[in-house]
Amino acid sequence: MIERVNRRGFLVMAAAAVGAALQDTTSARVYDPERAGRAQTPITAADNDPGIQAVEKKLRCTCGCGLDIYTCRTTDFTCTYSPALHKQVMQLAKDGKSAQQIIDAFVGQYGEAALMAPPKRGFNLAGYFVPSIVILAAAAVLVKVLRRWTAETPAPAVSNAARAMPDASPEELERLQRELDKLR
Amino acid sequence: MILLGNLALWLAFLIGLWGGITGFVGGAQGRPDLQQSARHASFALFGALLVAVISLELAIFRHDFSLEYVAAYTSRNLPTFYLWSALYAGQKGSLLFWATVLSLFACLAQVMTGRRHRMYLPYVAAVTCLVATFFISVMVFAANPFERLNFVPLDGRGMNPQLQNPGMVFHPPMLYLGYISITIPFAFAIAALLSKKLDAEWLVAVRKWTLVSWLFLSIGLLIGMWWAYVELGWGGYWAWDPVENAALLPWLVMTAFLHSVMIQEKRGMLKKWNLALIIGAWLLSIFGTFITRSGVIASVHSFTQSNVGYFFLAFLVLAAVSSFTLYATRLPLLEAEARLESMVSREASFLFNNLLLIGIAFSVLWGTLFPILSEAIRGTKITVGPPFFNQVNVPLGLSLLALTGIGPLIAWRRASVPNLRRQFAVPATTAVFVVLIFLVAGMRDFGALMALTIGGFVFATVIQEFARGARARHRQYGEPTALAVVQLLARNRRRYGGYIVHVAMAMLFIAFAGMSFKTETEATLKPGESATLRSADGHVYTFTHLGISQYNALNRQVTAALVEVHRDGKAVGRLRTEKRQHVDALGRPTFEPSTEVGIQSGLRVDLYVVLAGLVNGTEQAVFRFTINPLVWWVWFGGFVLVIGGLIVLWPGGGAVAIKGVPAARTQAGYTVKLEPAGR
Repeated sequence: MIERVNRRGFLVMAAAAVGAALQDTTSARVYDPERAGRAQTPITAADNDPGIQAVEKKLRCTCGCGLDIYTCRTTDFTCTYSPALHKQVMQLAKDGKSAQQIIDAFVGQYGEAALMAPPKRGFNLAGYFVPSIVILAAAAVLVKVLRRWTAETPAPAVSNAARAMPDASPEELERLQRELDKLR
Repeated sequence: MILLGNLALWLAFLIGLWGGITGFVGGAQGRPDLQQSARHASFALFGALLVAVISLELAIFRHDFSLEYVAAYTSRNLPTFYLWSALYAGQKGSLLFWATVLSLFACLAQVMTGRRHRMYLPYVAAVTCLVATFFISVMVFAANPFERLNFVPLDGRGMNPQLQNPGMVFHPPMLYLGYISITIPFAFAIAALLSKKLDAEWLVAVRKWTLVSWLFLSIGLLIGMWWAYVELGWGGYWAWDPVENAALLPWLVMTAFLHSVMIQEKRGMLKKWNLALIIGAWLLSIFGTFITRSGVIASVHSFTQSNVGYFFLAFLVLAAVSSFTLYATRLPLLEAEARLESMVSREASFLFNNLLLIGIAFSVLWGTLFPILSEAIRGTKITVGPPFFNQVNVPLGLSLLALTGIGPLIAWRRASVPNLRRQFAVPATTAVFVVLIFLVAGMRDFGALMALTIGGFVFATVIQEFARGARARHRQYGEPTALAVVQLLARNRRRYGGYIVHVAMAMLFIAFAGMSFKTETEATLKPGESATLRSADGHVYTFTHLGISQYNALNRQVTAALVEVHRDGKAVGRLRTEKRQHVDALGRPTFEPSTEVGIQSGLRVDLYVVLAGLVNGTEQAVFRFTINPLVWWVWFGGFVLVIGGLIVLWPGGGAVAIKGVPAARTQAGYTVKLEPAGR
């Protein structure tokens, strides 16, 4: 019994070794592939396509990580969503869809949450413009308040200086002002 | 130990309540016995919480898996280094850590506050005791770290692999120290409002504590960025994640305070504004805690979703309403002592600096909360990610950087045209040269170009300030230049330390701009095969896969890939990137395999290699290669920022005369309080 199993095992191993040798002469099998996480598929030119990457950087992964598809699939190698979404993007690109059409297809399927930044329309405009409007309004108020404050402030100290030095000539006063300016 | 820990928590809860009540009543009625009792309660509270912490740490080190917290976050084979950090690895333990550190800060505030500010201490004790009591009540009623399991597992689940990084041992405590210590300036502000002693005294007591918080928060943020870069593997350090944003908000508000406080010191202005900033910074720290712990907004950094969010929301609302109601009743006591003299003055530039800092804080808060708002109003879920935040905040950030350079060039009170011409000549010329050099070099990225130009302007401003100061000392005391610079720093730490922080900010912005020129590629390589990648500065990097090795370490099974790197044909080193399967003491896998990035950091670029995985279980591996420009300068800029902050914070080094406060008691860079011209 043991002898039969060993023989079968030997044949299986030999077949596997021959198969592996025919398939690949430089990549040996590692001791325990499970330790290295999920098996990867070889990278293709489409994976590195800047156009595909640019689209994926605008689309959110649906796994809940909050990252875009490109970042998630090249960072979180335990995620099963981002590789599937990547395939979907590549398929749409293969079908001849433009970048905007791919994005629209994702929005149609997953809603606006598929986008990494909300589209600039409707209520979302508030998201983009409220901070700027608030800051500009605050700046306007600040300028107004500063103007009021400066208007209420008494005249500058030149007259005081003049009073303090009745004997000073205009040239001397001017020189003093220049020196004071240097010190400021 | 578990019983002792539980008892200590309950005791701390009662002491905290006692300290809160006696502090307020004693302060209001002027009863020394109750005031003394409140102060003692601060120390007793720390003692009780320390016992609870020691109990939990002992349970962790003894692998007492009958405790739910110990079983959930540790395992027998977890390295000792990380057993320490298990205290704050989970929600419940971090609440205990928070309350304990707060009570420690409360004790330090009691001990380190000078006699002159003693009248605030009962109220300070009351506020700190009540805030700590809130955190203890969350533990006692909703998230007890001493909760027992119905059974005792053979081994614990272990710590999340991403937390098993030196950065995560230091990042949370630093961030917590920043967050928590804001309570002390807040407590002094509330004490000043309650006691109606709203002169410059409270400001002196508060400024240093705010600086301490700001420094800890800065260090926490920087270490967090470093951890995200080396551990998360996405090749960046800031992703505008809600939890990152929540930590940035109080930092921005405190930075605004640290600038506007100078106007109050010198001119007796902006009292209302400064108090509002301190209260706002503290409320934002509680808001950040709410965001992190409630799960209300999805984030990779959040703790597991739990019901403690409701506690924090209720506390946040209650604290905001009561603080601002008290603040509103004291507004008549907070009138300015002087008026602004000119729109072109240091004071006005500080006000615009405050406007931008608070504007950035508002836009970050708005972007963080906008998904919730959208869902509530339209019923539509949306994502507000980095593209949104970059679009809104980059122009604001660059404007703020410009003010960092402009502010020091404008005179206090009123700047004249000759003065402005003289001050701006060198920095403006430098900025023009910088922009021309980079335009000629072919740089067309507008954001990066602006960051470099404005950065150059800030550098020139600071160098000019140091040069003029050193020249003045050389003329007056005959000191050599190097000694004069050292003396400038030593004699006027606040001013020149602040300039060093400005330089650090310019470095950081330039380094951030470097990421615009990041290049990356993915490749599948068999051993001996190579991939090439061109960096933004034109060098060609070749990455050669040398092979895969597998071995066992203390609590993990490692798959390591070795990659040799050549730049323009010359060898520059080898990088190692790993997959780690963490296991418990019985050899059972505990988490999904994690990735360790291989990084070679340099002054110009970082080489960043990530092992994505293996193909068909062979040595053929999938890699991501990234070239990140100027990342080293982020860490170095952060280091310079901390050094600048420490110089400002260091005791002594010149004194400022604040109205009603003897100069020797304050540490500041200004020797004269400016009075309005008419006085």
